[in-house]
Amino acid sequence: MTVLGQYKRERIDALAAQAGQPEGEGGVSLTRSAFRRLRRDPVAITGAVIVLVFLAVAAFAPLLAPRDPITQYLLSEIRPGSIPGPRQGFPLGVDNLGRDLLSRLIWGSRQSLLIGFVSTVLGVLVGMTLGILAGAFGGWVDAVVMRFVDILLSIPGLLMAITVSVLLGQSQTSLMIAIAVTQVPIFARLLRGSMLAQRGSDYAVAARALGVRRGRIVFGHVLPNSLSPVIVQATLSLATAIIEAAALSFLGLGDPDIARPEWGAMLANAQDFLSVRPALAIWPALCIIVVALGFTLLGERLREALDPKFRR
Amino acid sequence: MLRFIVRRLLQLIPILLGLSVLLFAWLRALPGGPARAALGERATPEAIARYNELFGLDQPIWVQYLRFLGRALTLDFGSSTQYGRPVTEVFLERFPGTIELTVFAMVFAVGVGIPLGYLAARRYGSFLDSASVVGSLIGVAIPVFFLAYLFRLLFAVELGWLPGSGRQDVRIDATRVTNFYVLDGLLTGEWDAAWDAVLHLILPAIALGTIPLAIIVRITRASVLDVVNEDYVRTANAKGLATSTVRRRHVIRNALLPVSTTIGLQTGLLLSGAVLTETVFAFGGVGLTLRDAITYRDFAVLQGFILMLAVVYVLVNLLVDISYGLLDPRVRAR
Repeated sequence: MTVLGQYKRERIDALAAQAGQPEGEGGVSLTRSAFRRLRRDPVAITGAVIVLVFLAVAAFAPLLAPRDPITQYLLSEIRPGSIPGPRQGFPLGVDNLGRDLLSRLIWGSRQSLLIGFVSTVLGVLVGMTLGILAGAFGGWVDAVVMRFVDILLSIPGLLMAITVSVLLGQSQTSLMIAIAVTQVPIFARLLRGSMLAQRGSDYAVAARALGVRRGRIVFGHVLPNSLSPVIVQATLSLATAIIEAAALSFLGLGDPDIARPEWGAMLANAQDFLSVRPALAIWPALCIIVVALGFTLLGERLREALDPKFRR
Repeated sequence: MLRFIVRRLLQLIPILLGLSVLLFAWLRALPGGPARAALGERATPEAIARYNELFGLDQPIWVQYLRFLGRALTLDFGSSTQYGRPVTEVFLERFPGTIELTVFAMVFAVGVGIPLGYLAARRYGSFLDSASVVGSLIGVAIPVFFLAYLFRLLFAVELGWLPGSGRQDVRIDATRVTNFYVLDGLLTGEWDAAWDAVLHLILPAIALGTIPLAIIVRITRASVLDVVNEDYVRTANAKGLATSTVRRRHVIRNALLPVSTTIGLQTGLLLSGAVLTETVFAFGGVGLTLRDAITYRDFAVLQGFILMLAVVYVLVNLLVDISYGLLDPRVRAR
């Protein structure tokens, strides 16, 4: 096929895609206008930049980290009551076992973000499945699913995570699952509510009147339109997941593998040396706070951008 | 109203049953099951068999569940391997401490949060407003236990202003009546004991209250901003009511409705946070006990405590629902 042909096809595809979109403000789709507003929003940009920077650090950790994160250095200088601080070659100093703090922070971003992402995605997937079941079928399926979700919600988040974590034993996977379980009921409720709201809307009623099958209405119309609160909540949940992982590490339910530095575990470990070298706790804590803040800012602004109420 | 309350109470039954099934299954699903949980990892097969026979664990699973349920209804969750005492006894001994802590934390969060959120909304766009928005965002992003450690290091260890561990100075020989240390001091007239318990509560309560504070500030602010633009506020202003009357009777009263729901939802956060805060401050409540139970794999305590805390959480939310129904007649109708 010629280059020109290819170009034409793309143009047509683009046109077709545009035509398929509901008319928003000035003929722009809701999603696109939301992104347009996000691009102009300094707070959203700040959040996005924070998130992107940390993602980049996590991706390029092997290149960025000046040293190996688990090799022990300067051991002769570590005594009870004295841990070497910043110096040539160790910009942030070393931890209580002589491992380079900066390198551990950089490598730690991988584990912390990974735990955050995997547990949130897991929570979203399971929660969404339950939400779709309840929202699409209604009736007794809805009742059963929602009672189950209520039961999950009746145990406060961290206690739920502890319960799951103790059951599954100490590992990174069980940490992720434990956090995911606390997210499941949130997403299930959210998606069900949003689908119920969409199900009664004019286009869904119109589709039903036209004789479109239920499966197509649910997956082709209702679901895509119900997703925006889920996306917002997922962004916010990433922050919670990372903080929760730190809390579980603190309680001794974290990832036991020392070859994988992780902020939560670093922070938990540093508590014993807080009066000797507070920096050991402050740096990982700062990383957690800044990343959580980044996701929160992005999520909050995304919510406002997608909410027609806030549109100006 | 009574019908509303009864309906809400009936709705609790499936949740509580489900909860009991969940935690019953949890203990069975643990590697080695309840026998290994109670006897430890090095239990001999004979000991496990004897234990199973003794506690009816060789019976069909539904018989076991019904027995568990029967015992749970009489608050019997077995004995703690750590303390060698009934779980419920340990819980009742420790729970007053956690109640004191969460009440103080909530008083702090509400007492500071509502005025701050209200002022931020009144001075929309001012420095105070931006500062409270930024502060409340950071407040949500901080790991509670890190904040607790910072407070302890700064105000207890470095500055020495406030005590940094325990519920009361060990040198005080206070009379125990209710295990609410502050209340005990007041009841028995041991003022110094009560005051000392209050001092011990300040740092943990502030650390624990920070996240609810941040959330309450945000909700109050958003809610006041919503209400100020309502028609009825404009009407009240237009008919010449004094500004202070409009604020008190129309703005604050309506703005606090969503805030009151949030306060109920915060209980879960507080109970979760208490596990972390109590650990940092060696504060002898259920949180610290739970942490120890995790460390020593005291499954009876874990099961019983989590079940009882979940019930408390559910009941508090029920109370909030009911109070919401009292405040807002529209809720009752639903």
